[in-house]
Amino acid sequence: MRKKNLKIFLILTFFCFLILPLSQILAQVDTLPPATPTEVRAGDTPNDNGHSITVTWKLSADDGAGRKDVVAYEILRSESPAGEFVVRGMVPAGNNTYQDRGAKEKEDKNYFPPHHDFYYKVRAKTLKSYSESEVAGPATAYGQWFHIGKLPVFVGTLAFTIMVLTFIGLARKGKELYVRPLAGIDAVDDAIGRATEMGRPILYILGLGTAADIATIASLTILNRIAKKTAEHKTKIIVPCMDPIVMSVAQETVKAGYLDAGRPDMYQEENIFYITSMQFAYVAAVNGIMLREKTATNFYLGKFYAESLILAETGSVAGSIQISGTDEIAQIPFFVAATDFTLIGEELYAASAYLGREPLLLGALKAQDLAKAIVMISLALGAFAASFHLDFFLRLFSVQM
Amino acid sequence: METIGIWIAALLTLGIFSFLYKDNPFYKFCESLFVGVSAGYWFVTTFWQVFMPKLADNLVAGRFYYIIGAIFGVMMLLRLIPKIGWISRWSLALVVGTTAGLYFTRYLVSNGMVQVQYTIISLYVKGNLSQTIGNLVIVIGTFSGLIYFFFSKEHKGAFGGLAKLGIWFLMLSFGASFGYTVMSRMSLLIGRMDFLLGTWLGLIR
Repeated sequence: MRKKNLKIFLILTFFCFLILPLSQILAQVDTLPPATPTEVRAGDTPNDNGHSITVTWKLSADDGAGRKDVVAYEILRSESPAGEFVVRGMVPAGNNTYQDRGAKEKEDKNYFPPHHDFYYKVRAKTLKSYSESEVAGPATAYGQWFHIGKLPVFVGTLAFTIMVLTFIGLARKGKELYVRPLAGIDAVDDAIGRATEMGRPILYILGLGTAADIATIASLTILNRIAKKTAEHKTKIIVPCMDPIVMSVAQETVKAGYLDAGRPDMYQEENIFYITSMQFAYVAAVNGIMLREKTATNFYLGKFYAESLILAETGSVAGSIQISGTDEIAQIPFFVAATDFTLIGEELYAASAYLGREPLLLGALKAQDLAKAIVMISLALGAFAASFHLDFFLRLFSVQM
Repeated sequence: METIGIWIAALLTLGIFSFLYKDNPFYKFCESLFVGVSAGYWFVTTFWQVFMPKLADNLVAGRFYYIIGAIFGVMMLLRLIPKIGWISRWSLALVVGTTAGLYFTRYLVSNGMVQVQYTIISLYVKGNLSQTIGNLVIVIGTFSGLIYFFFSKEHKGAFGGLAKLGIWFLMLSFGASFGYTVMSRMSLLIGRMDFLLGTWLGLIR
C-alpha cells in the first residue's frame, strides 16, 4: 500500500514538473506581440467637408490567420512623427479602415482642424499584448466642393428643373396641357354649393405640417381656390391652424382668394386663427368647432398623423360632406374609410394644379408626369437588366449618403 | 398629492370621453383647459428650447450674425401692425422658399432614386419560387401604382386597366396598414382603461 502511494506521488511530481514549464511557455506565447499591421496609409477622406482623415492598413498576419489572436486595432494620432500619439478610435479585428473624424466648430472639444498635418499609427491588439505599425503621414484634411457620390442627385435635379421650366414655358405660350379629372376635386364645387344652400360654414384643416411641408404648400394652393369660390358664394370659411407660420400664410392665402373674387370686404381675418401647437389639444378644439359651428363641408388637406380618424369620424357624426387628402401613407386608409372623397398621395399635389390651371403649377405637374414616365421606363428596363445580372443599370441610381 | 393628481387625470379623461355621447359643458371645460395649458406649455418650451439657446445665448457669446434671424422674426411680428404688415411676407417667403428648396433634393433621393434603386430587382430567382413571386409583385405593383398617379392621360383602355390594378395594390396595402394601426390604437385605449380601472378605481391589478 505504501509502495503504491509512493508510485502515485512520483507520477504526480513528474507531471507537475512537465506541466509547469509547458504552462509558462504557453503564457509567454499569449503575451507575445502579434505581427504588426503593415502598409499603413493616411489621407484626406474624399467627398466630405474637410474634417476627416481616412486611415487604411494591411491586416496583421495574426488576424484571421497565424496565431489568430488579434482582437482589435487601435488608431493613434500625433501632430509630429516623434510626438505623443493618442488613441483616436478602435475597430474590431478583420477591419482595415478607420475614418478619424471630428466636429467642424472650433468651439467643439472634438474639433478636427482642416489643412493641418497629422501622423498616424495602427496598433494590433491581442488580449494581453500589442504591436504598433510604422508611422504614416503627414495627412491633411480638406473639404471638397462637390460630392462625386451625389452626382446622380445633381443630374436628376438639373434634368427635373429643365423639364419644369420647359413645361411652364409651354403653358405660358398657351399650349393646352391636359390633366385628367380627379374625383375628389370635382366634388369641391358641389361641397361648397351645399354649404351655401344650407347657410353653414366650411371648415378647412391644413393639417399638422409646417409651412415647409410640400403637402401643406399644396394645401395652401387649394385653399386659395376654395377661398375664392366661398367668396363668390358668400359662404363663411373657418381655418383653425396648428402652426403660427402656417396661420400667417393661410391668412394671406385666403385674403388673396377674396381679392381674386373681387370681394375683399368679405374677408374676415379672425376666421383663420391659431389654436395650439399640441396635436391632441388641437384636435379636441377642432372637434368642438365642427359640432358647434355645424360645418356643412370639411376639407382635410395637408399633413396628418394620428388625428386623421378622430377628425374624420367627428365630421361624419356631424353629417358634414368631407373631402380629404394627404401624402402621409399611414393616414390615407383612415381618410378612405371615413370621408366622402380622398385625394391619395400625389393627387393632392395634382389637385392644386388642376384647380388653379396656372402655368406655373401645370408646368410642374407635367414635369412630374414626364419624370414618372422616365422612372417607369427605367423600372421596366432595370428589372429586365437585373434578371440578366446586368448591374450597371442599378448603379445609375445609387447615391452615397 | 399623488391621489389628487390621479383624480384630476381620471376626471379629465372622462370629460374628453364624454364627447362620444355628445358635445357637453364638461367636454367644453376639458377642451378649453387642454388647449390653454398646451398653448402655454408650448410657449414656455419654445422660449427655453429655441429662443434662448439659438438666439440669446449666441448673441451673448458674440456671434452677432444671429441677429439676421432675429430681424426676420421681428419682421414676422409686424403682421400685428396692419399698415406695415406686408413686411412679414418677406419672412414667410424666406421660410417657405428655402425649406422647399432644401426638401427638394431630400425627396428626390428618398422618394425617387432610392425607391427606384430598390425596385430594380430580378424578375426571376432561380430555385426560389416564393421570392420570384415576391419580386414580381413589387415590380408590377410599383409600375401599376405609378400609372395610377400619371395625370396626363385619361384612365381608359389598357392604360386604365393598369391604373385599376395600381389602385388595387394601393387599397390592399391601405387595408393592411389600417388593420395594423387600429391594433396599435387599441393598445392606447387599453392603456387608458388600465389607468381608469386600475390606477384610479383599483378594480383591476
